[in-house]
Amino acid sequence: MGEALLTKQAVFESLAQNVAIQALRAAHPDAVTNAKFDRGELTLVIAADQIRAVCRTLQTAGYNFLEDVTCVDWYPAEPRFQVTYHILSHKLKERVRLHAMVESIDPSVDSIVPVWPSANFYEREVWDLFGVRFNGHPGLRRIMLPEEWEGHPLRKDYPVEGYR
Amino acid sequence: MPDIDNQRAPEIPGFVETATLVTPRPEEGSKDHTMVLNMGPQHPSTHGVLRVVLEIDGETVIKLVPDIGYLHTGIEKTCEAKFYQQVVPLTDRIDYLSPMTNNLCYCLAIEKLLQLEIPERAQWMRVLLNELTRLNSHLVWLGTHAMDIGALTVFLYTFREREEILRIFEHVSGQRMMTSYFRIGGLALDPPLDFFDSVQALIKILPEKIDEYENLLTGNPIFINRLKNVGYLSPDDAIALGVTGPPLRASGVDWDLRRDMPYSSYEKFKFEVPVSSEGDVWARYIVRLREMRESVKICQQALDGMPEGPIKADAPHVVLPDREKMKTQMEALIYHFKIVTEGFQVPAGEVYQAVESPRGEMGYYAVSDGTAKPYRVHMRNPSFATLQALETMCVGRLIADVVAVIGSIDIVLGEIDR
Repeated sequence: MGEALLTKQAVFESLAQNVAIQALRAAHPDAVTNAKFDRGELTLVIAADQIRAVCRTLQTAGYNFLEDVTCVDWYPAEPRFQVTYHILSHKLKERVRLHAMVESIDPSVDSIVPVWPSANFYEREVWDLFGVRFNGHPGLRRIMLPEEWEGHPLRKDYPVEGYR
Repeated sequence: MPDIDNQRAPEIPGFVETATLVTPRPEEGSKDHTMVLNMGPQHPSTHGVLRVVLEIDGETVIKLVPDIGYLHTGIEKTCEAKFYQQVVPLTDRIDYLSPMTNNLCYCLAIEKLLQLEIPERAQWMRVLLNELTRLNSHLVWLGTHAMDIGALTVFLYTFREREEILRIFEHVSGQRMMTSYFRIGGLALDPPLDFFDSVQALIKILPEKIDEYENLLTGNPIFINRLKNVGYLSPDDAIALGVTGPPLRASGVDWDLRRDMPYSSYEKFKFEVPVSSEGDVWARYIVRLREMRESVKICQQALDGMPEGPIKADAPHVVLPDREKMKTQMEALIYHFKIVTEGFQVPAGEVYQAVESPRGEMGYYAVSDGTAKPYRVHMRNPSFATLQALETMCVGRLIADVVAVIGSIDIVLGEIDR
């Protein structure tokens, strides 16, 4: 698998031929704030306000399939929420992972349902379990838990046994 | 027959009048004549506890909203409170029809985090057991799908063969359904002595058993009428809605992770990926049946070429030592004690590992912060995404077709709700 590349500069130099990196550098030169190539997997940290445009560019560049949207809570660090997207290209047989870092006060990020309708359930799940809002989502309701549930269980400050 | 209507008091309306009073005739163009119908969560054709809210106009579905979460147990949260090796039994419970696939996907993800090298015999055993799992899952799907359509007999036949597979699972792991046979770094135990013989006996009879199911269904005019041209899904819609696995291939997208992004030495096996361009329920039926025949071929190749050697990686700080070594070597005993009591530390990082489960792309996203417990484990489950395509497939069709379509996408509610 080779050595891990942990800085944006190193990744951009070593993987200059990568389709995702080329497309993003051409269309959104300031969108990628950090990058990592570790264990054979490419991770790009995207400025949260540009996530929808970045996804659209990647879709045009041949990354046609959205596999997953999820979130990691880095409590108590700031920015607290790391919304994670896994995007696959059937043609290139390659995967790219995007991170959008979101602050803990009123966490929200643009929805990518207009780009991939399949993000609908995933984003509802992240809202339900982490409490991150997705602006422009067609129906952001809880999906796993009952409507009247209080709190977002997958946050790190939510006890494993729940509140009793 | 006496005229009842003539004997009633004039102020009480008769049957015919009552009927016209309570059901106002819809005016042309008004939306008031639609009705909301609740299907589930205990409807037998929803395969678990899926609730579907249908808006219908007569018998025609005009809107469909799936309501899920009845089986939500918070497995992802539980994972964060366990050691890495303790998560393996939890993964069985996500998709109870393909426990081995879940075990494999989780183990591969953590092995990638640890950068462990897995011995070849363990990899081949994993392939063999995963294909048996696929056969097991498809047999359940075929039986229940046919039963939803009204062909009750097939269910008894497929469960007869499934029982044989479960017996093999019990033989190898001690459990019929919640196998937990794979470990991070290899397998739990060497397979028992007559394991390969029993698998050989099973896959020898399976092709003719599949012929038997096909004799009952493929030429059956009622079955054909219920399945053909029902629940159409175009390739573009399938990709946009996140559909994977047999429904994606039945819509004409030639994508199979076993062939296109191989894992666990799948690249050493020769098999075909069945694809159909019709995109209806019938195409999904045909694709899955052909997939079962391919799985039998992979099992045969795995049996023929099964390499000798160890079944666990050479990583004493991760893999539990053999029982014999523990009785004779101090080192092994210490490692055993340390792994069981305080787990093993996994280097910080994140990985996403996807495998082709019987239902489509199953992915595990694991984040480590360098401790002995996973910081986050997320499961990308095929049924969860495929369920989003249900409305596209059902709108404009009859209620009876909803049952056929739900059967054809082969959902498992355990993995949707997690």
